[in-house]
Amino acid sequence: MGKIEWAMWANEQALASGLILLTGGIVGVAGQFRGWQFAAYAIAAGAFVCLLEYPRSKRTKGTSVERTGQYCFTVCVKSFGPLTRNYYVRAFLHAALSVPAGFLLATVLGCVCLGIASIIYLAAAIRGEHWEPILPKKKIARKPDDSMKNPPQNPPPRPPPETRRKRVDDLEGAAYDNPIPVGE
Amino acid sequence: MGNWIINHGLTSFILVVWMGINIFLFVWFYLFYDLGDDYYYTRHLLGSALAWARAPAAVLNFNCMLILLPVCRNLLSLLRGSFVCCGRTMRKQLDKNISFHKLVAYMIALMTAVHLIAHLLNVEWYNNSRRGVYDKLSTALSNLEDTDNTTYLNPIRTTDVDAQQTPTYFVFTTIAGLTGVIITLALILIITSSMEVIRRSYFEVFWYTHHLFVIFFVGLVFHGAGFIVRKQLTTEPPHNYTLCKDRTEEWGQIPQCPLPKFGGGPAQTWWWVIGPMILYLCERLLRFIRYMQTVQYRKIVMHPSKVLELQLVRDGFKMEVGQYIFLNCPAISQLEWHPFTMTSAPEEDFFSVHIRSAGDWTDRLIDIMQHLPEGAEGPKMGVDGPFGTASEDVFDYEVSMLVGAGIGITPFASILKSIWYKFKTSNPKLRTRKIYFYWLCRETHAFEWFADLLQVLEREMEERGMGDFLTYKLYLTGWDQSHATHAWVHFDEETDVEFEEVRKENPSSVVGTFLCGPAVLGKVLEKKCAKFSDVDPRKTRFYFNKENF
Repeated sequence: MGKIEWAMWANEQALASGLILLTGGIVGVAGQFRGWQFAAYAIAAGAFVCLLEYPRSKRTKGTSVERTGQYCFTVCVKSFGPLTRNYYVRAFLHAALSVPAGFLLATVLGCVCLGIASIIYLAAAIRGEHWEPILPKKKIARKPDDSMKNPPQNPPPRPPPETRRKRVDDLEGAAYDNPIPVGE
Repeated sequence: MGNWIINHGLTSFILVVWMGINIFLFVWFYLFYDLGDDYYYTRHLLGSALAWARAPAAVLNFNCMLILLPVCRNLLSLLRGSFVCCGRTMRKQLDKNISFHKLVAYMIALMTAVHLIAHLLNVEWYNNSRRGVYDKLSTALSNLEDTDNTTYLNPIRTTDVDAQQTPTYFVFTTIAGLTGVIITLALILIITSSMEVIRRSYFEVFWYTHHLFVIFFVGLVFHGAGFIVRKQLTTEPPHNYTLCKDRTEEWGQIPQCPLPKFGGGPAQTWWWVIGPMILYLCERLLRFIRYMQTVQYRKIVMHPSKVLELQLVRDGFKMEVGQYIFLNCPAISQLEWHPFTMTSAPEEDFFSVHIRSAGDWTDRLIDIMQHLPEGAEGPKMGVDGPFGTASEDVFDYEVSMLVGAGIGITPFASILKSIWYKFKTSNPKLRTRKIYFYWLCRETHAFEWFADLLQVLEREMEERGMGDFLTYKLYLTGWDQSHATHAWVHFDEETDVEFEEVRKENPSSVVGTFLCGPAVLGKVLEKKCAKFSDVDPRKTRFYFNKENF
């Protein structure tokens, strides 16, 4: 399992956790559960985690597959700079977000799942991974000037005229006229 | 329309039956718990959440039973062998096993969600009843204790734990609750690591995490323990709820209303899953036995562009065209088995696979083989298989059009070789007299071994004066994902030309068209076959075979 980017799995797990937190929170609030305030928190936390985790990171090796319509989320997440780029921050953020959800049964599953996602993100951070936005490749119009170099301004270097003269006394040897010695 | 029925009819039928059983189980058990008299008092505490929890539980039982079956590939091979009488369409269903496994998994996930939410409501309402938040009847029912002559209805007995934490406490201190949390967690981890992105990039993570299914099934078997779902039992004299529900103070004091008795049923899931669990155990045992069988290397060839050819021999190995095997190399990984389509023909006394670099495992294998000293024996290899429905239809047509795209040409290596062997030995099974082979790929670099094969075949045919037997055309598309639509349009025009040519050269034949490649090409070919076929049986007719190589 050498080449795995753990962040990819952490991302799937965190997105799933966000959805589970959201669902648990909705059940808690809609059912007017005892301690529904924790459920309300879980709705907010779950939605936040979903928004944060929706845009996939660009892979260091291989093709990155975007989620549908993730570009606007990518832009938002990118704007937080090092806070969202660094996976240590994400690991601790998820760990912190998951704690209050542990106090209500409806959200405890989301809490544990987010905790697991946090651990995987920590592993990713330790291995030096970071979040990279997937941006559309800017198509640079190839200017013809680039491929056309300027013609040479100076003539090629030539030895003095004496050595350039054809050696008529030795036509065989002059068959291959090399005024400048070829070789090392 | 007819083509659709032939290609998809049986699959659709199976799906309809499966869905029908799911719906039936859901509705049956929903009504059982929502209308049953013996659950009247339980429903008073829980409302319809009782039925909403029990109905998905039944569907879950059914689907957890089913999910292990499609992945018992050796069992499926056995079934396939015994279906020889029942036609290829039946046998081809068995090729869609993984798709079915995924479908059942989605159903399990959905039902788990419904079951979980319903139980969250149940626990909350049980807790509230216990704390006397609801009406008199609820409180009275909840107060019933487990003593010598009374039984409880409400499984939440404790009141000294903090009210908000009682549900959590209850869940984590009962077998049902604890196993429920553990198996749901296992299920979530299995699902997130099975997402296509993870599966395609890091097969190992997917494969190892998937083994959490062992925990899932063990937990599932114990999940129903604890008699938590309780119904009213008959007492002597009987307790009529219609009469007694409003007279809770008089329970036990008047003869018509004795204290009601409640009891739960034993865990029943194991009835459903024990069979498949045993079958799966046998399957893994069989894979282990197969793995222990000696596999010898006949030849190891390193082709250009890092394609490794392995020619292997194993006692008693019998294959058909177009089948695949699983390889396991303990030197690389003890637990991983990877599938490869075979490129040898059944007529040969060995079987071969051509392995391209496609990930961690294949890279390591190619690396090991490259560093093998001259004449040394290769690393120990386990072989499981062969699997897959044989593509025997190819031999039935007088004229065959074979279309292979990209990596899809691999089974055609096996098919072409087999056709040629059969032709040389005048095998009566072979009706083919002419083959048109179309090869579409970005560039032939990775498939030079196949190009070599075609040249060898061409040479042999020339030698026998049968140069006309095989005509092959190579289309270098040089396209990638973003150009796929362009390539498709060009392919559309090209195929018109080709079909016209085939029709001209074979004026009164039945032509079979076979594709191994992307589905979008399949659609084009299907349309062309319909377009160029003639109703008149004296003229050319094209049949498109949607093969799943």
